[in-house]
Amino acid sequence: MSVAATIRIQEADFDVAQEIAQLSKGRTDVGAVVSFTGICRGTEGSEPIAALRLEHYPGMAEAEIKRQAEEAMSRWPLQGLTIIHRFGRIAPGENIVLVVTASSHRQAAFQAAEFLMDYLKTNAPFWKQEESARGTSWIEAQSHDDAAAARWTKS
Amino acid sequence: MKVKYFAWVRERIGKAEETIEPPASVRTVDELMAWLSGRGEAYAYAFEKPKVIRAAIDHAHVKADAAISGAREIAFFPPMTGG
Repeated sequence: MSVAATIRIQEADFDVAQEIAQLSKGRTDVGAVVSFTGICRGTEGSEPIAALRLEHYPGMAEAEIKRQAEEAMSRWPLQGLTIIHRFGRIAPGENIVLVVTASSHRQAAFQAAEFLMDYLKTNAPFWKQEESARGTSWIEAQSHDDAAAARWTKS
Repeated sequence: MKVKYFAWVRERIGKAEETIEPPASVRTVDELMAWLSGRGEAYAYAFEKPKVIRAAIDHAHVKADAAISGAREIAFFPPMTGG
């Protein structure tokens, strides 16, 4: 059965419980729902931060995440998929990103969620800037994120 | 063609987007970065390490050797840090 992914790029916060419920309510074919929520930490390295500012590339962000969602749906038997990524100013403790996967069995749901998060980190056109007492600075990409994404590459 | 810049590439150049008309001899993404670098100090600073810069053509990631002919919108940006 083919499913359409729900993809939202938004400035507003989202309700994790509501998004999870949306994928399974009224259904008896979904046996597993996995959700990952990325949350803004109050420190970056050892320095306290006031907030993150997320810049994104409107148009491409949607297109790229849609491509990643389609890839996930072609690799695992998913019965539902929701991806939400926020932009703008996000304070410590606030949500940044949500991936919810629904499947008949847990393995597909876990793996698809992990695959999507690894790809969002390295391929979705978003850039984080940290805001602290010392001003603002761009957060550098991490090589361990590239390595995490690379392990999903088909040989 | 329209060119867009994001994050510190945008800050260094001092604008988010512009329309450019590179000469026909500029055929690939890395040739376009070299051509843009010649437009002034701000551009040279933004593209000082071209291997670090990522590019997209019409909303899809491309490699530095990708052809730019027919592109409506080309974007340059640092490695992404979303998620």
